[in-house]
Amino acid sequence: MKRKTLAAAFATLLFTTGAAVASEAPKLPAQSWSFSGTFGTFGRPDLQRGFQVYKQICSSCHAAHLLAYRNLTDIGFTPQQVTDFAADFEVEDGPNDEGEMFTRKAVAADRFVKPFPNEAAARAANNGAYPPDLSLMTKARVGGPDYVYALLTGYKEEPPAGFALMEGMHYNEYFPGHQVAMAPPLSEGGVDYADGTTATVEQMAKDVVTFLSWAAEPEMEVRKRLGVKVMIFLVALTALLFALKRKIWSDVH
Amino acid sequence: MDAKTWKNPIIAWVDKRLPIFTMMQHDLVDYPTPRNLNYWWNFGSLAGIVLVIMIATGVVLAMHYTPHTQHAFESVERIMRDVNYGWLLRYLHMNGASMFFIVVYIHMFRGLYYGSYKAPRELLWQIGVIILLAMMATAFMGYVLPWGQMSYWGAKVITNLFSAIPLVGDAIVTWLWGGFAVDNPTLNRFFALHYLLPFLLFALVFLHLVALHTSKSNNPLGIDVKGPQDTIPFTPYYTVKDMFGLGAFLIFYLAFVFFAPNFFGEPDNYIKANPMQTPPHIVPEWYFLPFYAILRAITFDILFIPAKLLGVIAMFAAVLVLLFLPWLDRSPVRSARFRPIYKQVFWLFVADCILLGVVGGHPPEGVWVPLGQAATAFYFAFFLVIMPLLGFIERPRPLPSSISAPVTGKGVGISAHGVAE
Repeated sequence: MKRKTLAAAFATLLFTTGAAVASEAPKLPAQSWSFSGTFGTFGRPDLQRGFQVYKQICSSCHAAHLLAYRNLTDIGFTPQQVTDFAADFEVEDGPNDEGEMFTRKAVAADRFVKPFPNEAAARAANNGAYPPDLSLMTKARVGGPDYVYALLTGYKEEPPAGFALMEGMHYNEYFPGHQVAMAPPLSEGGVDYADGTTATVEQMAKDVVTFLSWAAEPEMEVRKRLGVKVMIFLVALTALLFALKRKIWSDVH
Repeated sequence: MDAKTWKNPIIAWVDKRLPIFTMMQHDLVDYPTPRNLNYWWNFGSLAGIVLVIMIATGVVLAMHYTPHTQHAFESVERIMRDVNYGWLLRYLHMNGASMFFIVVYIHMFRGLYYGSYKAPRELLWQIGVIILLAMMATAFMGYVLPWGQMSYWGAKVITNLFSAIPLVGDAIVTWLWGGFAVDNPTLNRFFALHYLLPFLLFALVFLHLVALHTSKSNNPLGIDVKGPQDTIPFTPYYTVKDMFGLGAFLIFYLAFVFFAPNFFGEPDNYIKANPMQTPPHIVPEWYFLPFYAILRAITFDILFIPAKLLGVIAMFAAVLVLLFLPWLDRSPVRSARFRPIYKQVFWLFVADCILLGVVGGHPPEGVWVPLGQAATAFYFAFFLVIMPLLGFIERPRPLPSSISAPVTGKGVGISAHGVAE
């Protein structure tokens, strides 16, 4: 009885503190993600569509500097495709033998080229707002993928009556404070999906969030697969140890 | 200790000159342990194992980590993405910190329940409290290393506490920072100390074990061992029991590592530190929340002492009061099993600590303020008022005559699993 009480008490402590900082914004609608749960994986077609959305829409303002082009082979692109993606970008390199810096085409080993050289340039081009790096976005917000999805689909044309929206800002139900500098990034048919999927706002949001979740946790599939093996091993080992313990202790009881 | 004769000539040769094998035989095999320890006694060895896991993973992480404000965050992500099994090392280390505190807090509550701090184990307990303090310092500095938003702002808030010290406070803070803000020198020294302290911890754990093996383990009945009939050798009985406990613990620990690695973390720490942008709520890691609640409970000045200083004093006092526990508790009986009132108050105290943790996770507004103050008052009252008073007003139940007597059939039903309540 007492043991149960203490276990329950500890569970309460652990589970309440994690959620303690949330609140404020409206409750995020929970989406069903292919990658959630113990056995969840990223759908390769979803990832590739998501990359297309990121590349054609998000990346004009948002960097993802923790990703390298070579990482894209993990989501099913061929090395040739990756080389081609990278070749669209220029990076500064050098110095060469004359001591001069020069630009060259990006290669698979390069990190994703940032849309702006620095924060000041990004702010100058975006009405003073700084588009955050997206590499870790789904890990860096309470609610994770659900939050990013809700943000992307949570724009309202008109703010509710009495809400003072500042010049150049946009009303979003899920952004803290509801005023976001980013204009609604997704619109019907915003991309032409290579695989022929209809590009609704919801479809694009879902795909790009899947891509960003992979970008934030590229190890997730390997981690869960290894985890399942480790758990099976540990349960078997612990059961054997329990049997051994009972056997050894049988003369004490 | 009697030198054992070893069959293997090499072992015998070494042991004659350096009796490590005799010591191991004495402390890990023959060590007479009360036969009635329950599973709450598993957490001491678990804590030791977690310390070893933390040092092992930490050393490898340090090989890949760069303690510089411009590179720390990215170097951690490089570990996560490009180092072979780097994500595993880091998640083991990150969740290992939470596991360490879970295990140690349970270990301490066990000591509190069964009176393990009472004579002759006062020093054993006090070394344990010092271990807790060293753990807290290590964990705090480790949390700063990834240089995320919560790392930076947590470091700022906690180091700023020292500015509450009258006259020299600000000078001390500048000295701690190595400059006029939390910056690269701060990160560098925190890394150096975060690497150093676990080895001091290891030495403290060694002292803890020497003290333990001198006065021997307490037990759920809280009565002294009367003779060999009350004990069993540590090996194989408790080695196998600890191994089983370890298996169960690893299932719990690794479930977080593999399936919910960021459960204990704050999303804000995946945003790189930005001194120009304060996060809406600065919260420490869960294991500091009760102390954070005590820190913020003092919202009023007393005479000429400002509230901030009082809060800092209260927070440190909340840990340091444990050092005096062996003398604050006036009851001659160790185990709560035979202390009807203490047994109730103990669970109230556990609930109070959990309540403090919940309060610490909320912004100090509205109902959380008086709730935190009441919980803080009870926390100190437990040690400073209830503990001393109970020694006089409580009538303990009669103690069994020996550990083995009930086992062999006389008296209440007691087995190696404990009293059947």
